[in-house]
Amino acid sequence: MARAATTADAFNAVAEPRRRQILDVLAGGERPVNDLVGLLGLAQPQVSKHLRVLREVGAVDVRDEGRQRLYRLNGHALKPIHDWVKRYERSWTERFDRLDVVLEDLKQKEKGDGASDE
Amino acid sequence: MAPVTSSGTATVTLPTDEQILITREFDAPKQLVYKAWTTPELVKRWWSGHQGEVTVAEIDLRVGGMWRYVMVADGGFEVAFHGEYREIVPNERIVSTQVYEVPEAPEGEGALNIVTFTELDGRTTLSLLVQTGSKEVRDALMSSGMEVGMQEQMDVLEQLAISLR
Repeated sequence: MARAATTADAFNAVAEPRRRQILDVLAGGERPVNDLVGLLGLAQPQVSKHLRVLREVGAVDVRDEGRQRLYRLNGHALKPIHDWVKRYERSWTERFDRLDVVLEDLKQKEKGDGASDE
Repeated sequence: MAPVTSSGTATVTLPTDEQILITREFDAPKQLVYKAWTTPELVKRWWSGHQGEVTVAEIDLRVGGMWRYVMVADGGFEVAFHGEYREIVPNERIVSTQVYEVPEAPEGEGALNIVTFTELDGRTTLSLLVQTGSKEVRDALMSSGMEVGMQEQMDVLEQLAISLR
């Protein structure tokens, strides 16, 4: 199956582990490229390439300050991913809430029957 | 005593492109969580969440045995999964394959489910690691609940539209 272009949307852009690392770092605040190079242990051209992909989907914003280019996270662009995971999480939360009720019944039954549960 | 209705939310993380990890703590010893997880009539009581009714829960709990769950959502939309047990350590761990039954996902493009039950002070942490073969399969699996959710929303919308006529 052909993969969608990495810049097609935020989902594909964050599929790359290094780019997720960059987002993790930027989640802690705005950073210049050099910081990212140091923290990730990658060559600068590679970091720049990842940053370009992230910028194209709007996951990061950039601004110039003096001689430095500062990158920051744009949480808005990542919201679809967050929502997608949250929705899946909610369906499991609902299942487990019902499982809690089943477990409470089993506990009561065990208490009533002693060691036997049949 | 009032039943404990909620011990919190499930936590979902995506450790790698091919994995989904779901964890949740339960206020019960692990043999009871294991029992609720592996007994058909009990699975029928919780597996659909709030989305419908479990109509089929078949569990042949032995290595090489098959399982199959079918849920009919409130709007009539059907969701089915099946698989084979690969490893069973009673009250501790279950490894099974899982295939989401949709026409566009050919047989074999399934996932491996690794469930572990860990007890501490009478409480059990359940961890379900879903290992798929590709990011596409992982994403399709994560969307499986969404179709039902969307169906529910459509039903609500339809009722709303009818009431506004």
